[in-house]
Amino acid sequence: MTWVLANLDRLLSLTLEHLYFSVIPVVLGLVLAIPIGWAAGLRPAVRAVLVNVSGLLYTVPSIALFVLMPVVLGTQIRSQVNVFAALTIYTLALLVRTVVDGLSAVPSGVVDAATAMGYGRVRRFLEVELPLAVPVIVAGLRVAAASTVSLVTVAALVGFANLGSLFTDGFQRDIPQSVVAGIVLVLLVALVLDRIIVYVGRLLTPWTRVTSRPARAVARPASPEVAP
Amino acid sequence: MIEFVGVTKRYPDGTVAVDALDLVVEAGKVTVFVGPSGCGKTTSLRMINRMIDATAGRILIDGRDITEIDPAQLRRGIGYVIQNAGLFPHRTILDNIATVPRLVGWSKTKARARAAALMEIVGLDPALAKRYPAQLSGGQQQRVGVARALAADPPILLMDEPFSAVDPVVRESLQDELLRLQSELGKTIVFVTHDIDEAIKLGDKVAVFRVGGKLAQYDEPGTLLARPADGFVDGFVGRDRGYRGLGFTFADVPLGELPTVQLGAPAAPGWRLVVDAEQRPTGWLPGGLPAEPGNVVPGGSLHDVTSGTLRSALDAALSSPSGLGVAVDAEGRVVGAIAADEVLAALDRRRAAVS
Ligand SMILES: Nc1ncnc2c1ncn2[C@@H]1O[C@H](COP(=O)(O)OP(=O)(O)OP(=O)(O)O)[C@@H](O)[C@H]1O
Ligand SMILES: [Mg+2]
Repeated sequence: MTWVLANLDRLLSLTLEHLYFSVIPVVLGLVLAIPIGWAAGLRPAVRAVLVNVSGLLYTVPSIALFVLMPVVLGTQIRSQVNVFAALTIYTLALLVRTVVDGLSAVPSGVVDAATAMGYGRVRRFLEVELPLAVPVIVAGLRVAAASTVSLVTVAALVGFANLGSLFTDGFQRDIPQSVVAGIVLVLLVALVLDRIIVYVGRLLTPWTRVTSRPARAVARPASPEVAP
Repeated sequence: MIEFVGVTKRYPDGTVAVDALDLVVEAGKVTVFVGPSGCGKTTSLRMINRMIDATAGRILIDGRDITEIDPAQLRRGIGYVIQNAGLFPHRTILDNIATVPRLVGWSKTKARARAAALMEIVGLDPALAKRYPAQLSGGQQQRVGVARALAADPPILLMDEPFSAVDPVVRESLQDELLRLQSELGKTIVFVTHDIDEAIKLGDKVAVFRVGGKLAQYDEPGTLLARPADGFVDGFVGRDRGYRGLGFTFADVPLGELPTVQLGAPAAPGWRLVVDAEQRPTGWLPGGLPAEPGNVVPGGSLHDVTSGTLRSALDAALSSPSGLGVAVDAEGRVVGAIAADEVLAALDRRRAAVS
């Protein structure tokens, strides 16, 4: 505890750094996954390729991806862009699939009705399909956020300060308090982000929380005029 | 007016869903497409708003080839109602109904005001406005579907089995409601169903399709019942078509004397009709019994002489315990008795007059 108090400033700045490295890739990944997922859904062939490629991407070790980025992007070895790019790719790999799934779960009758009503493709996507895919996308986003928060710690190995630095420091200088504090704070960051996503998701989907169904319509049969 | 001119639809897999269809849907009337499953009803309907494009032939709306019109533009002018309503689950009832007005650029306030007016027109409680579709019963959802299709006041309404997912009692009330609405609005309605009774009830004209996308017969419902074009239509129209055909036949049936009695009268021989102070029937009293509530037996159906058909006249006679049908006026007051043979005789006279 004394260790924590003594290092409060550092813990705070590392936490903020960690948030910074986590939130930006998740947001970027989401923003990119939506149009890509939509385009993928339009053509079954594109969809199969994208879903497979994104699945494969996920198996590339993160450390390799961090190191590889400068080669692929032509960026400086020490540039933050490498971390953002690598983590965005991971998020994207997860979320493209989620977006495709979410969109294909929209009932076809609803999409048909929107078309029949005179929606153009883009407007139909933005106003009907995407809002209805939100519950599935939120579920995927929670997974992506949690996994990104933990992946960020790896970036500490290639020299970017974040909560992961507490692990590396703790091991090298034999400070168990540092490792424990790191674990607790990573969990905390993951938890806070998760709550935020859930909360925003709820704001966007008020209709999913209505379950009460009143008694059926009062039937008004055309009563045959029966003399008593 | 909607014209199909030699319209064929062949799907990529080779299925011919509609085969050289020639048909004119009259403006301001209800035209029903009916036929067994897979006969191309939905395909024909969806070609009208270009949800499906014809492989050959042309479709004209008021003389204009629909391929010349931008599909989204065309669709905003054609209401569409589908089975299970196809409502937007994420929008309130009011906003569901306001969809097309919003699409064509009305302000939110104006579109919602229009939606509220439509809820009233289709008989929906205003208290439902802020609910989501999942909070409504099936019958209420269908009404919302109809309201949504009518919101921008399109001259044409396409309905694909709109009432087939609700139970028979609700379906009947939705059908009656549609007929009432139509008598006020006079839309050009194309209605798809596989239920011949629904077709006959709703249609001003009925197009019977056979599998393979061919038109088997296109006629008024009475004609369909009286003179099916071939064995297929005959079989499809089903049992009792002679009797059901009477539902489209109007003829005067001579009325006979009807002994009536009010509660409290003493016993007398023969069946007597019990009436209230306004001469409205309340039941039948068998011969030899005093007119007390315990002795009154329920009556059959009533024949309204101002609007009834030969079917309602015959049914009144057949369903009455005394064998005499009760004819009433528009206010429900007894005007006379109907004997079954008189109905048949009236039918004979009418046949002689027509042929
Ligand atoms: N997209 C499609 N691709 C290939 N064949 C199709 C397609 N849509 C419909 N069909 C076929 O075309 C024929 C007519 O279909 P359609 O949906 O128009 O029938 P329907 O009369 O509406 O039937 P139902 O009463 O079952 O709704 C059927 O044989 C059907 O299998
Ligand atoms: Mg169909």
